[in-house]
Amino acid sequence: MMDATARPEIDRPEELVETRLVTWFFLAALGYLFVSMLGGILVALQLVHWNPLQGLELLSPGRWRMIHTNAVAYGFIANGLLGACHWVVPRLTLKPVFSKALSYLIFAAWQIVVLSTAGGILLGEAQALEWGETPVWIDPVAQLGLLLVAINFLTPIIKSKGPMYVTLWYFTAAFVWTFLTYAMGNFIPEYFVSGTSAGAIGGLFIHDLVGLFVTPLGWGSMYFFVPILLRKPIWSHGLSLVGFWGLAFFYPLQGIHHFLYTPIPMFLQYGAVVSTIAVEMVVLTVVVNFFGTLKGVGREVITNLPIRWFYLGMIFYALTCFQCALQVTLTFQALIHFSDWVVGHAHLVMFGVFSMWIMGIMTYLFPRIWGVPWHSRRLSEWHFWFSGVGIFVMACDLIMAGVFQGFWWGALLPWEESVEGSMPFWMLRVFAGLGMFAGQIFFAMNLYLTWKDSQAAKAKAALPA
Amino acid sequence: MLESKSGIFLVAGLFFFALAFVSNALVPIVMYKHLPEKTAEELVNGNLRYQFEDLARRYPEAFTKAYGAEPTDKAAREKWFNDKCAEALRLGRKVYVGEACWHCHSQFIRPVSNEDLRWGPVSQSWEYQNELQRPVLFGTRRVGPDLCREGGRRSNDWHAVHFFRPKTVSSGSPMPEYPWLFDGAPDKPNAKGLALLTYIQWLGSWHETYPYYEAYEKSPMLEMELPKADGPAAGD
Repeated sequence: MMDATARPEIDRPEELVETRLVTWFFLAALGYLFVSMLGGILVALQLVHWNPLQGLELLSPGRWRMIHTNAVAYGFIANGLLGACHWVVPRLTLKPVFSKALSYLIFAAWQIVVLSTAGGILLGEAQALEWGETPVWIDPVAQLGLLLVAINFLTPIIKSKGPMYVTLWYFTAAFVWTFLTYAMGNFIPEYFVSGTSAGAIGGLFIHDLVGLFVTPLGWGSMYFFVPILLRKPIWSHGLSLVGFWGLAFFYPLQGIHHFLYTPIPMFLQYGAVVSTIAVEMVVLTVVVNFFGTLKGVGREVITNLPIRWFYLGMIFYALTCFQCALQVTLTFQALIHFSDWVVGHAHLVMFGVFSMWIMGIMTYLFPRIWGVPWHSRRLSEWHFWFSGVGIFVMACDLIMAGVFQGFWWGALLPWEESVEGSMPFWMLRVFAGLGMFAGQIFFAMNLYLTWKDSQAAKAKAALPA
Repeated sequence: MLESKSGIFLVAGLFFFALAFVSNALVPIVMYKHLPEKTAEELVNGNLRYQFEDLARRYPEAFTKAYGAEPTDKAAREKWFNDKCAEALRLGRKVYVGEACWHCHSQFIRPVSNEDLRWGPVSQSWEYQNELQRPVLFGTRRVGPDLCREGGRRSNDWHAVHFFRPKTVSSGSPMPEYPWLFDGAPDKPNAKGLALLTYIQWLGSWHETYPYYEAYEKSPMLEMELPKADGPAAGD
């Protein structure tokens, strides 16, 4: 990518990046985030007996629970990261994507996939695959979409010359893995195997979706945006290599750790546990690498908002990895499996890590794309603090609730005791969730005001001098 | 290899993924290949048939509306009930998945945390080798109790009322209401409601411990010497 022929393009990256599409992806992502969070709030209210919409089929909390997870995974995170990819890949390879028309087609197709998934779930057509409840008749469309995504982004990567930067290692692998993961999880347990074998694949699917789709796109983006914002290279290239290859080798080996103590053979469960502990050690090197990069420019964490989003996400990442290495052991599983601990962990990963990163990327890119600074720094700060404190409270609350629930169940107390005992935790969770939601409302307000600013700036520029 | 396109595409992207698929997914598939996968028709058993015919007796109008009139000929009637029961199992599973029941109720009993005392024998692989576990419904969260030994523990009436308005029979339950499985009242389940009732009653009906109840122990009160009316007062 450093060759001389590509040189002239460096000065005009705006021609390589279809910024309008990046904006569209981000706005779609935020739309789904709102829908998802409303669904989450509905379910949280149901648990504390405050659901005002009881008995309505289309607003059934069970169905909205699935919309909550699917809208976050495929609506918010996938759209957000695809938007980021449309910014990052052309800038790194100095080549446009395979086809801009294809990019728009992918955008439209992906929204159709997400919306029809939501529609299918609302009508009771869900598939019995956690995080993959997409009705079976949409799966082939989604699969085709993922193939197009891979073609669109792998073309410039293959065309570019010279060694690849770390970001592109993660992205290249992610495009291959996502396609394979989706195919494996959505078709094999539905059409080819049942029972315990299907369980093993279901576990692998949930696991790979986070680890081989979201995680590599997330870390790849961090390797791109952090050095640019800090104006210095990543601390250690060696650690980057360890982090990537460690993830690539160990991560896919662990799907079964989601189903410990099931009838899945014990030796496979042990294997999954051991490789999980291994991967947690390896990926912590990535966090170390990024904190090493911060050496000498630590103040940026206070002053630079995107950097603060990114590094808070990394702290949560380190926490979840540490938590993972403990909770994956059979000792912990006996206590916390099936409890709210798991729910807390999922929120910490999806909101605490990946949403933080996407928010940071959006906080960085919207002003650059629209050519005006954020309308209000204060609203941006509120967005950050409400989100950060909200998720921290929610995760601590649910993780603790899980420990209590585990002990209540193990002590053979009547089931009702565990429900009654969970009430204070569930109550606090409602308010933590409302806080996180408020943060996003501040973001939306700020976004609207900034867009107005950009329109005003454009009108001013158009005036004859 | 470590930083080249082909290395990352072929080794990390394809080879490591394939390695994981073989070791984590193909191994259990091969290990359980000898266990035959049962169809819904093969899953209908005496215990379930009893509950299914109980539905026909309790809610005759709703049952006839959903499945038509039962044949009068004895042999034809036998086959008819079996077929309708299998049909109900399939639809019941669809409702169970579509309403996300399995996101709050697991279907497997672990060998730890006293679960076998609460719910019965630890789950085994053969119990899941059937088309209703495609994909498998292990579940990942228990807001409510595990259901894989639920069949036969409670009556159809209890379940109908519970689906209609859980708090009626289980005060303090955070379970949502499902009135759309009924035509206005808990004694009028519609086709989906009847199917879900059948599905719930099927769970565990294959097991030798059916219907599973918690270990029964005589109340210590029965062993105690009750004071006679004219006997000495306690503490004398």
